Amino acid sequence: MTVTTPEQAPVAEAPRGGGARLVDRVFKMRELAILAVFLVMIAVTQAGNSEFLSEQGVKDLLLNGTILVLVATGQSLVVITRNVDLSVGSTLGISAFAAGTYLHGGGDPVIAIVLAVLLGVGFGLLNGLLVSLGQVPALVVTLGTLYIIRGVDSIWVGSRQITAADLPGSFVDFGSGGVSAVPWLALIALVVLVATAYYLKHYGSGRELYALGSNPEAARLAGIPVRKRILAAYTFCGGLAGLAGAMYLARFGNVDSSTGNGYELTVVSAVVVGGVVFTGGSGSVYGAALGALLLTSINSVLPALGVSSVWGLAINGVLLLLAIAVDRIVAVRVASALKRKSAAARTAAAQTPVQAAQSSARTTVRKGDAHDA
Amino acid sequence: MTHPSDTGPAPVLALKDVAKSFGAVRALRGVSLELFPGEVHALAGENGAGKSTLIKTLAGVHRPDAGRVLLDGEPVVFHGPGDARDAGIAVIYQEPTLFPDLSIAENIFMGRRPRRALGRIDHKATRAATVALMKRLGVDLDPDRPARGLSIADQQIVEIAKALSFDARVLIMDEPTAALTGSEVARLFGVVRTLREQGAAVLFISHRLEEIFEICGRVTTLRDGAWIASEPVDGMTEDDLVRRMVGRDLDELYPKQDVTPGEVALSVRRLTREGVFTDVSFEVRRGEIVGLAGLVGAGRTEVARAVFGIDRWDAGEVVVDGRPLTNGAPSTAMTAGLALVPEDRRAQGLVMDMSIERNIGLTGLRTTVKAGLMDRGAERSRALDWAVRLQVKYARIADTVNTLSGGNQQKVVLAKWLATGPKVLIVDEPTRGIDVGTKAEVHRLLSELAADGVAVLMISSDLPEILGMADRVLVMHEGRLTAEIARTEATEESVMAAATGRAAA
Repeated sequence: MTVTTPEQAPVAEAPRGGGARLVDRVFKMRELAILAVFLVMIAVTQAGNSEFLSEQGVKDLLLNGTILVLVATGQSLVVITRNVDLSVGSTLGISAFAAGTYLHGGGDPVIAIVLAVLLGVGFGLLNGLLVSLGQVPALVVTLGTLYIIRGVDSIWVGSRQITAADLPGSFVDFGSGGVSAVPWLALIALVVLVATAYYLKHYGSGRELYALGSNPEAARLAGIPVRKRILAAYTFCGGLAGLAGAMYLARFGNVDSSTGNGYELTVVSAVVVGGVVFTGGSGSVYGAALGALLLTSINSVLPALGVSSVWGLAINGVLLLLAIAVDRIVAVRVASALKRKSAAARTAAAQTPVQAAQSSARTTVRKGDAHDA
Repeated sequence: MTHPSDTGPAPVLALKDVAKSFGAVRALRGVSLELFPGEVHALAGENGAGKSTLIKTLAGVHRPDAGRVLLDGEPVVFHGPGDARDAGIAVIYQEPTLFPDLSIAENIFMGRRPRRALGRIDHKATRAATVALMKRLGVDLDPDRPARGLSIADQQIVEIAKALSFDARVLIMDEPTAALTGSEVARLFGVVRTLREQGAAVLFISHRLEEIFEICGRVTTLRDGAWIASEPVDGMTEDDLVRRMVGRDLDELYPKQDVTPGEVALSVRRLTREGVFTDVSFEVRRGEIVGLAGLVGAGRTEVARAVFGIDRWDAGEVVVDGRPLTNGAPSTAMTAGLALVPEDRRAQGLVMDMSIERNIGLTGLRTTVKAGLMDRGAERSRALDWAVRLQVKYARIADTVNTLSGGNQQKVVLAKWLATGPKVLIVDEPTRGIDVGTKAEVHRLLSELAADGVAVLMISSDLPEILGMADRVLVMHEGRLTAEIARTEATEESVMAAATGRAAA
């Protein structure tokens, strides 16, 4: 084959970030959209019921959202790696009861929280090991651990329950107190959320979670320790479920063997509504947190508007389907936009060297005009 | 052209008597290879000769069953791709391995990004380094753009940038030019020469023999997993190389019978599926084998899927034996006498955990029925009949197909479709990854079918196969049919020119 050496085509100043800005905008939009829905909902409710945004009202909104935000943050990490943890509800329940039992026996609140977290970490490790070593779909594995942990919880707890009367006053105060309308619990959730988001963006191992969710085979070839990362994501998720258990105890003061039953589905809904893509590789913990806040607020909004709360579940379902539909449409749009862009660039580049040299200058002009590709 | 001095430095990377098996398949048996600094070394061999396994062994993906990997003359064991990379070995795989959700910059630096304080990623430095790499490669890709939606060529460029981003001592390239245009290939070769001058060792794989002669100093040939020769390229001819790769005369491998084509069996008119392929028209006559050539991603498989009704088309029509087919309905296509042997036999052609007889029986679920129930006896005799006619090598017809070798699996897929008595047979990459012997058998079979009056449309990325088997060659480039070349006119050059869009430009 004789290849004529091409004159080095003068590289036109890169059409800066057309594709990136597009995608960036979409992702920001995704989070902004949930925020907008949330704010509109609050505004409408406030208009219909001026009591809604009282100090206590705001506090209740935040308190209700906090626990789901925490668990959704952990779940996001797992979902980003193209896995899922269905056992978070069971983990939350058993951690809450363990912390309660310890406090009932006169334990120190700080140690109780640490205990709950450690228990969660333990179950997270178990899930992570089973998923990463077993090569079995996470859905099935964690469905199994969901039942196992719940079963152990039921056997251990039996018909006992912990009530606020069993807990030290300082712990109960911590659960309901805060800085004016902002509860301590919400502050803790916020710190965890911001730290997690920062980690995901600025640390190599955080980005690798996205990478291995995006293309597991490529992640393996790129030398990413896939199993280790998945194990870490599950451990983190379990730890946060444990922490959420301790907070549940502080907030409600009432724990029995059914605490957290079915919670995993709410968590997964929140994550998906928040724009974390179920097939991995994309989404943010901020989105998941907003999703969690949106879902829990609906439960406060409906009674405030005088609507029966039985509608809550149906509305959650509609939101979930809506979120998935929007994601799908956006994904298709973005993909075809990107494809057209690169096709246009390529048509220009594939011409003979002389033409290419001439047309590369044109590329910048032509970038919007993709249909001729 | 370079000549590594045999008296010079030790090989930077070497394999010594390496063997590797996957189940019953012996992918490599006693292969040795030495890569010297400052040389471009070609690895030649047919599909299925063991090239990919060899690369993955060097890259730390596979660990050899026997033999050793030597780095700077010292035996090493790579526990994973990360180890190989840390040793300075960069690999560009045939199939790009990008993360669609991440930006180009992140894709390039995944696993070893510039850091700043507290181990955080230095996003700015990552971006700047990417811009510099793109400049060096002379391409205009936005570092912040996600990899999703990049064309195959652009993906390949990102892969190359990835390999360049750490000063690799050994660069392994598995068919890096397959999807590139002429000027892109020239640019890539410029980069390869620079790397060679800087003392890197390059292992180069290409099905375009002329590229081996253009850029490589030595060539190692593999055949059926065995080492055949390592020798200087100078003084060799393409024929010499082909003979080493194939181990027999080409005529034998491509037993094409001359047939006078009959009436039109399949007619595809102005078929379009938006964003995938555009305005594709062609005819296949009874007795004819029509080759459909093109680069990976040109839209060949997609056309076949639409013709068969798996994907819907947006415009145009498909006519079999004078009757138009319903859009998006494989069952009517089957009734009309169409059969499609898909590209990926493991995922699309076979149910791997089912027995040979059941797999062959799948296409007869509607015909081998007695009183509404499956007639197991008829199913078995039909399967046995075809398994014998195609000389499938198996222990028992009730064995699951995953116990068979690749070539025999392919025969089962063929049997499954031939049992429907098709008028039009579409085969997509019929001999990918199967050994030379079985390959010749598959070719003989296709030739006999055509002689019996079946219209055959053969999609293949294997140019010699297209040239050896097809009466006519259709070539696709980026979703369009760019050329129709008669058997007598078809050469590697004419087909490749049309496939890379050079003829059209």
